[in-house]
Amino acid sequence: MSPSETDVVIVGAGPAGLAAAIETARRGLRTLLLDENPAPGGRVWQALQSRGAGDPDDTAGLALIRAFAASGAEARYGASVWGIEAGTVFWTQDGASHTARARRVLLATGTTERPVPIPGWTLPGVMTVGAAQIALKTGGLVPDGNTWIAGQGPLTVFYAVQAVRAGGRIAGILDLSAPAARWRAVRHLPGAISDIRKGLGWLRELRRAGVPIVRATDPRAEGDRAISRISFRVHGRPRTEPADLLLLHDGVIPSIQITRALGCAHVWDAWQRCWRPETDAWGETTVPGAIVAGDGAGVGGAAAAVLSGRIAALGCAHALGAIDAATRDREAAPSLAARARALASRPFLDTLFAPRPVDPDDATLICRCEEVTAGQVRDAVRLGCQGLNQLKAFTRCGMGPCQGRMCGPSAADVLAAARGVDGRTIEPYRTRFPARPLTVGELAGLER
Amino acid sequence: MFRRGGSEPWTLFFDGQPVPARDGDSVASALLAAGVRVTRQTQLSGAPRGPWCMMGACFDCVAIVDGRRGVRTCMTQAREGLRVVTQRD
Repeated sequence: MSPSETDVVIVGAGPAGLAAAIETARRGLRTLLLDENPAPGGRVWQALQSRGAGDPDDTAGLALIRAFAASGAEARYGASVWGIEAGTVFWTQDGASHTARARRVLLATGTTERPVPIPGWTLPGVMTVGAAQIALKTGGLVPDGNTWIAGQGPLTVFYAVQAVRAGGRIAGILDLSAPAARWRAVRHLPGAISDIRKGLGWLRELRRAGVPIVRATDPRAEGDRAISRISFRVHGRPRTEPADLLLLHDGVIPSIQITRALGCAHVWDAWQRCWRPETDAWGETTVPGAIVAGDGAGVGGAAAAVLSGRIAALGCAHALGAIDAATRDREAAPSLAARARALASRPFLDTLFAPRPVDPDDATLICRCEEVTAGQVRDAVRLGCQGLNQLKAFTRCGMGPCQGRMCGPSAADVLAAARGVDGRTIEPYRTRFPARPLTVGELAGLER
Repeated sequence: MFRRGGSEPWTLFFDGQPVPARDGDSVASALLAAGVRVTRQTQLSGAPRGPWCMMGACFDCVAIVDGRRGVRTCMTQAREGLRVVTQRD
């Protein structure tokens, strides 16, 4: 198959990818947008065209999706990108492999939820809050019966509100945030007034709906073939509740699978305790031709991601000679100012919901794919294992089909604690393409 | 568990049993709506697993779909008559 040629390939049709594609197309650059989902919108605006706008943020999303459809950029949905090499992008669509050569690749691949390795988190019926939100957005599924939410961050409360509005029932929310974080967050209050107002509105709505929010520690999912109850501690006292659905959440972290495999330099984000690709003001990574925009370059939310996409696209248009530097700077100025405003609440949110290093008991699974426990990670350290990439050889942790997406951050925490070093000194997994398992047929198809 | 209202006009099959579905469903969301929580058993311990992330990242919801192994049910659009089978490694 001879590759098609284009100026810019954008990976991910969420807020950043859509905004970037509109901008590069507008500057006369041939633009190809690839996304694994059946429709544009990313996580935040998933299935938005079919379900319709529910609030002003959705309305803005619909407008962006419509502007993209009219932009002249080409879009491929159901397109799962698994490799990028020397300016060629590889993806699978309808079981067949495709390639495109591009002068620039703009990655807008967003985030994944931070893993929450509690005892029993692999039992069927235990999912992430984001997963339940996807089920709500795409299939209209609402939680019923004994559904519990546990973790921290705005999404735990926001999803509960969405679920209740859609007629669902939530038995309760376990707030696992550190009580002291509230006091530390106070000094960042001024930047976050509108977000706090929104959050207090959600909490009032949940109170009216009779959803209890309980400060808890030590959550465990228990059951035989699936979850049947949860246990936790409130002020140190143990409590058990029936549960047939437990939704866990501890914020989101940039997806670095592709940027790691490309060899981009990454930096440790101390606020959000995660790695993100190192970028310049225009989203350029340390690998020539590879650009990152949106939450994948550092978590800031949908509004900031739209602006990042636009800014990165202007930088890209200048790099490809479509606009001069003066035009780039003039056109980017309003977006840069608006992004600073959109990020004003982050210090408050990031302090209030500061992720804590995970420290599960020895029996808790860290690697869901290869069924490696925290105890096995600690044993490996006792045998001399220093880092995550060595840990693969010691235990197979990170070597299953998810390729370390689910275990990376928590394996690093356990390893760092066992070695007595800071998490930032643990290099993340070195990933390699293909970014997901391929069939022989998909590979063989490239030859045609 | 999950539930939902509205019509589910067509049918896929999970381990031979009919599962109702509708437009926009992934296989995983149709299964969850029908109360199915297990799509595979792990290779090592045989532990039951089902959908965890619903966004294609975790590979825990894989099953055998129309004879193909290792298919992520959350990233597969539900279609009339699709045959999904629990993956036992």
